Amino acid sequence: MPINRRGLLTAGASMALLAGCGSNTGRNEGSSARIPHLSHWYHQYGEPGTEKAVHRYAEAYRKADVRVQWRPGGNYDQQTAAALLTASGPDVFEVNGPTLDQIRGGQVLDLTDLIKDVQGDFNQAVLAPKIHEGRVWGIPQVIDTQLLYYRKSLLDAAGVRPPATLDELVDAARRLTGKKTKGLFLGNDGGGGALAGTPLYAAGLSLITPDGKVGFDDPAAARALAKLRQLYTDKSLLLGAPSDWADPAAFIQGLTAMQWSGLWALPQIKKALGDDFGVLPFPADGPGGRPAVPVGAYAAAISSRSGNHTAARDYVRWLWVERTDFQTDFALSYGFHIPARTSLAAKADKLKDGPAADAVRFTSQHGYAQPLLWTDAGRLAYQDALSRIIKDGADPESQLKAVVRRTRAELDRVGKKP
Amino acid sequence: MPSASRRRRRHHALWFWVFTGPFVAGLVLFTYVPLGWSVFLSFHDAHNTVTPSHFTGLANYRQILGDPAFRSSLATFAVFTAFIVPATYALSLALALAVNRLRFARAFFRSVFFLPTACSYVVAALIWKMSLFNGVRFGLANTVLGWFGAEPVAWLSTTHPPWYWLVIVTVRLWLQTGFYMILFLAGLQRIPARLYEAAALDGARPGWQTFRHITFPALRSTSVAVVLLLVINAFQAFDEFFNLLSNAQGYPPYARPPLVHLYYTALGQGQDLGLGSAGAVVLALIIAVVTVVQGRWFGLGRKEE
Repeated sequence: MPINRRGLLTAGASMALLAGCGSNTGRNEGSSARIPHLSHWYHQYGEPGTEKAVHRYAEAYRKADVRVQWRPGGNYDQQTAAALLTASGPDVFEVNGPTLDQIRGGQVLDLTDLIKDVQGDFNQAVLAPKIHEGRVWGIPQVIDTQLLYYRKSLLDAAGVRPPATLDELVDAARRLTGKKTKGLFLGNDGGGGALAGTPLYAAGLSLITPDGKVGFDDPAAARALAKLRQLYTDKSLLLGAPSDWADPAAFIQGLTAMQWSGLWALPQIKKALGDDFGVLPFPADGPGGRPAVPVGAYAAAISSRSGNHTAARDYVRWLWVERTDFQTDFALSYGFHIPARTSLAAKADKLKDGPAADAVRFTSQHGYAQPLLWTDAGRLAYQDALSRIIKDGADPESQLKAVVRRTRAELDRVGKKP
Repeated sequence: MPSASRRRRRHHALWFWVFTGPFVAGLVLFTYVPLGWSVFLSFHDAHNTVTPSHFTGLANYRQILGDPAFRSSLATFAVFTAFIVPATYALSLALALAVNRLRFARAFFRSVFFLPTACSYVVAALIWKMSLFNGVRFGLANTVLGWFGAEPVAWLSTTHPPWYWLVIVTVRLWLQTGFYMILFLAGLQRIPARLYEAAALDGARPGWQTFRHITFPALRSTSVAVVLLLVINAFQAFDEFFNLLSNAQGYPPYARPPLVHLYYTALGQGQDLGLGSAGAVVLALIIAVVTVVQGRWFGLGRKEE
């Protein structure tokens, strides 16, 4: 067949299509003979400077060429979960976990050997959910915590003292509610999302007991949750604020006298309100109760699909175990977190006085972290039940019974050997 | 001669594949393979993996169909469709009739009503959530209520009465009515003027009688297309629901359409891809049945008499 113009064009077009499937994977394969390449994922931190800082740490590492990926978007956990299914995911990544199923599925490496010399120095509450069957699967980076902020001047004006029990909180919120200001802001959903398991711990219970049983199959749980419903029906709660509980805007603008928010909000609040605020743990409820402060930590983990396990281990040990100067810088120079290691937290000047010092004290005295065995299935059922109790006035006892059933089924599933 | 025609036929085949090939390949690779894969996943225990090895038979289907949250998401969807389809239909037809009667500035109004179509669902949902229907006293809706001395309403957080439906429905109406209005306008302009003249001669009164017996029947094929598109759009409900109601901790147990439910099941931290796939297959079957029934009902594809 003689070559004509159309035939040539066709051939050209198909060549171009093929060329589109090139081999440029974004990795520098040429120089891999000399030093290994590692990709390191972080979720996008809101505070300015953090991104530059993590790039700086990566560049300071000599034994591997570390590429930092800064992942924007609110669905970081979904992004990493999907990326871990493929070999093109990260080598090293920070994770709000790792989850039990990621550990059981062999998606992350055992890091016990990396931290065995300093394991006792880590805050034990945040380290606990990173441990499964005695092995450590993630190294906590910094501690995040949530607290109740209150405006001193507004409480004084209403003659209310900082609440020490859940009943006092309900009462204070009602008395602080006026025409322009609400008493308490627990999030636009009425508190279910932000508080999660905290009221259960405040009632002296837990989500999952240390020996792996459901921790809230108890009448005290229903009693505590009914008081959240009380807050809602009293109309003491701020609802539908332009920015949600994680942002201190509603508190600073005076839309509410008290707000549940993160430790990360403290610098912003201090800047706006000066000394006119204080922090509290979530107040205790009932005779067996105790104050509760939720703590959690993003952890550094290594994907088992990483092409270079040794290099990844060496790098993680270097950054999150050895370089304590970087760990302190990361925790305190940009956002406001507590270093995950008690020796570093004790040295931090920023955490030595005022509400920040209170926050650190509450965290070490009353901190609880969501247990590793508290998996998504039980968590979703619990959140739904909590929302129905608070907003729809559903019966707490029967709602919790359904959650207990769901959680037991899930504990049975994860109790079996994979 | 015969060889030349054979060559031309071969050429035709070649060109057929050059033009359709990329799309067929894309369709197979990005639609049929994932579809088949998710059917495969739905029969396995696929926690955190897309290559599961543990076959569980119908366990995922039993679990998803026994899950009250999934069943209530199907109910949510049914209620939403039952409302949004007739509402958009009526509103866009009314707008089209009104714009069509204008003597001047018709193009202006046509554009004004069509403009929201160009807006993204995400952006519109955020504006609805944060400025029009936020729960504090300075939100637009609450400011209006304030003029009459009413208390501010937390639109998206109140379940008794379910004010959140007002927000969800109005944002979708605002976004999609203009587009269907254009379809109706095109339909209206295709109705021959002589039909109206003949009707007038026969003594039909302008207004309702003319609309009922001339305009509405003449819009039949447009109506069928509009209803089909509206139902399909309702099935895809995700964007405005997710952006209006979700927060960093999850999604409330109300107004949760199936896609949102499956998003949290399969793609949340749970990563239960087997269960999520089972839900997706159930949903796909429902969509298939509804589409077939609808097609039969409307006589889609039949020649117009």
